[in-house]
Amino acid sequence: MKLDSKNLPLEYSTETNRMNILGFWIFLSAEIMLFATLFTSYFVYVDRGVGSGPAGAEIFELPPVLIETFLLLTSSFTIGLAVHAMRINRVKAMIGFMIVTLLLGAGFLSVEVYEFIHYYHIGATLQTSGFTATLLTTLGTHGAHVTLGLFWGIMIIIQILRNGLNARTANKSFIFSLYWHFLDVMWIFIFSFIYLKGMM
Amino acid sequence: MDFFDRFTIPPHDDPMLYASIVAIGLVSIAIVFGVTYFKKWGYLWSEWLTTVDHKRIGIMYIISALLMLFRGGADAVMMRLQTAVPDNSFLDAQHYNEVFTTHGVVMIFFMAMAFIIGMMNFVVPLQIGARDVAFPRLNALSFWLYFAGAMLFNLSFVIGGSPDAGWTNYYPLAGTDFSEHVGVNYYNWALQISGIGTLMTGINFIATIMKMRAPGMTLMKMPMFTWSALITNLIIVFAFPVLTIALLMGTLDRQFFTNFFTTGDGGMDMMWANLFWIWGHPEVYILILPAFGIYSQIIATFSQRNLYGYKSMVASMVIISLLSFMVWVHHFFTMGQGAVANSIFSITTMAIAVPTGIKIFNWLLTMWKGKIRFTTPMMYSVAFIPLFTIGGVTGVMLAIASADYQYHNTMFLVAHFHNVIIPGVVFAMIAGLIYYWPKMFGFLLNERIGKWAFWNIVIGFCLSFFPMYITGLNGQARRMYTYSEASGFGPLSMVSFFGALLLAIGFVLIVYNVYYSFRYAPRNVGDDPWNARSLEWATHNPVPEYNFAITPNVNSSEAFWDYKKNGHDLFKGGIKDIHMPNNSGWSIIFAGIFFVFAFCFIFHVWVGVIIAFAGIIGCLLYRSFEKDDGHHIHKEEIEETEKKFGGAK
Repeated sequence: MKLDSKNLPLEYSTETNRMNILGFWIFLSAEIMLFATLFTSYFVYVDRGVGSGPAGAEIFELPPVLIETFLLLTSSFTIGLAVHAMRINRVKAMIGFMIVTLLLGAGFLSVEVYEFIHYYHIGATLQTSGFTATLLTTLGTHGAHVTLGLFWGIMIIIQILRNGLNARTANKSFIFSLYWHFLDVMWIFIFSFIYLKGMM
Repeated sequence: MDFFDRFTIPPHDDPMLYASIVAIGLVSIAIVFGVTYFKKWGYLWSEWLTTVDHKRIGIMYIISALLMLFRGGADAVMMRLQTAVPDNSFLDAQHYNEVFTTHGVVMIFFMAMAFIIGMMNFVVPLQIGARDVAFPRLNALSFWLYFAGAMLFNLSFVIGGSPDAGWTNYYPLAGTDFSEHVGVNYYNWALQISGIGTLMTGINFIATIMKMRAPGMTLMKMPMFTWSALITNLIIVFAFPVLTIALLMGTLDRQFFTNFFTTGDGGMDMMWANLFWIWGHPEVYILILPAFGIYSQIIATFSQRNLYGYKSMVASMVIISLLSFMVWVHHFFTMGQGAVANSIFSITTMAIAVPTGIKIFNWLLTMWKGKIRFTTPMMYSVAFIPLFTIGGVTGVMLAIASADYQYHNTMFLVAHFHNVIIPGVVFAMIAGLIYYWPKMFGFLLNERIGKWAFWNIVIGFCLSFFPMYITGLNGQARRMYTYSEASGFGPLSMVSFFGALLLAIGFVLIVYNVYYSFRYAPRNVGDDPWNARSLEWATHNPVPEYNFAITPNVNSSEAFWDYKKNGHDLFKGGIKDIHMPNNSGWSIIFAGIFFVFAFCFIFHVWVGVIIAFAGIIGCLLYRSFEKDDGHHIHKEEIEETEKKFGGAK
């Protein structure tokens, strides 16, 4: 859809809204650097930082990781549907899709918590080695972002229920969707370069 | 009493320390008493502490930076005093370690960063003809987070003990094995908090400069300082997340016993050095590029010519910003990367001299055949060029990896980086402060006292740091608290000490100048005391809250000059209502809670951490549900204000 001044969607409709969206894109570029630093550190520690602890291939399990990936990728799809519903002004559908998104996110988090407990039980804790510390910090940073996203999403749903869809709530929802897609992209990197590469 | 033991300072029987504690206490009481006595709490709260006005936030940044300059300067004088004579016992080794650590951290993070961000806050929106920055509330939060970080760091001095592992904080020295007390925790958390503030500033200013320029101001018609601010903020956004992660890892290592930077179980101490300098070298350019921007404004104004080579100035800054991320290894050539890596980083480092050299020639050619007026800001700029070039040339010497084995961690290095930072950043900030002083407060600083301060600072600088080149080449290591008489470093170190005293006198003169000019300087300096060129001078002095009554229409990077001399119509149309953001106490409260959070974290007071964390969540919730659409300043009100200044502009 071409964005010109006559045909702006609600979330772009005011000067403040457009500024917020640009600002959030810049914030996301800082987030990319944040995760890039974590990934780089991970690549440094993955072979040389194992010490006396376990290596990736010894602790990674495919089933939980696949479930997490499936849940998060689906949630990225549903938040896309939510934004689409917002654009065609279907508020109920939009809230429905947002709730589905958050539920999928919560499912993702539960599996990740299970995964962390599993690592703890097999002796791969934060303190075990440089490798496990980097692994868990990278996963944990992503997980903390998802957790924050859950609460943020709930707040936005409450505000839409209270005030309906207006320039302000539409703007917030759109920015939230950017955030959620970003977390999904980061997860694709985690899945490919931490888990798959580690299990090969 | 076990609980309170953690807050005590590790023992070193030093009467000076206790004297300082008493002094800090007395000054705090005096400030509180003074504000109460003059009944200024209400004014302070409603006009300053809750402000979202970019000009006031800029001024608060600059005041904090000056306070930190004196804090860091006192450290510097103590170091020079300790090393003035061989085998001195003024400071013991531990105290000296703490002093050089806090000197570095305070000067880089809390003085220089605050000064440049303060300048950007004050000048950039005026230069692009905007009402404020893109996110005024976020801007206030940035300032208060910086301030919370700065205060937290200074608190280490009296509660728990200062960090002592150097401003670079290398592991394993900074790990719990060798730095047991909480000093390095302070380092981690103070920098983490103020770093988040800086990152937000970066985001804010990129959005501001990209979106809020006056009509007609294309990117290549921006004044040079705005260009330097844009590039600086891009570097901030890409460099600071690296520091965030490095500090997080350091915190986990020290407080949760992980093995990121330890020497066992897969830990790699050099990882810290790499991450620190991947952030740290771009940081150098975060500091110097805005300084270049300020010099570009000042040199053009006082040479009464337009800036030579505008496009090459922009291009060289872009190249510098890219190269700044590719040189970090030159900070540790001696740590065993091997010849190939060292050679690559050696070459990229030398390459930075090329765009920087282009800038030097551009400034020289701006002055060439100009009608130069030697005002104080111009004198700093003229002194900057040769002094900074010396610093640059010694930088290229240090970039030669094989030769670096001789200079590494000697006073030669110390001389080099002070030689670029003081004439580069500090001179620029003082010059900028004097240059923009009438914009901030509506009167000029006294030129005669200013020039006295200038000569003290320039001569003091040369005497302090040039001897270090020689002692450094002779093998004097940095960060050593004393040396023997046989080493022969004594006489030159004594010269250094006298230089430091002159520098101190210079800075005191600047403060005296502020006091003197505040009392005696004439107030009718008009809107254009320097015969300036760029857009920020097209409004009144001091600047009204809304900046420009009518949004200016820009045709070039020197729009004000064109308006004065070439009949360009800067202000088209009439005065309309102006939309402004509301003040809010949210930012200072939020930053205050962050302060408590970090303080409790430093001392493992988990109850406090949990309570403060709940407070942080509460603040975020409040902000999410808050409805704040700002307010309008009405047309009549603006006309009233403009009349007071003698006609609308």
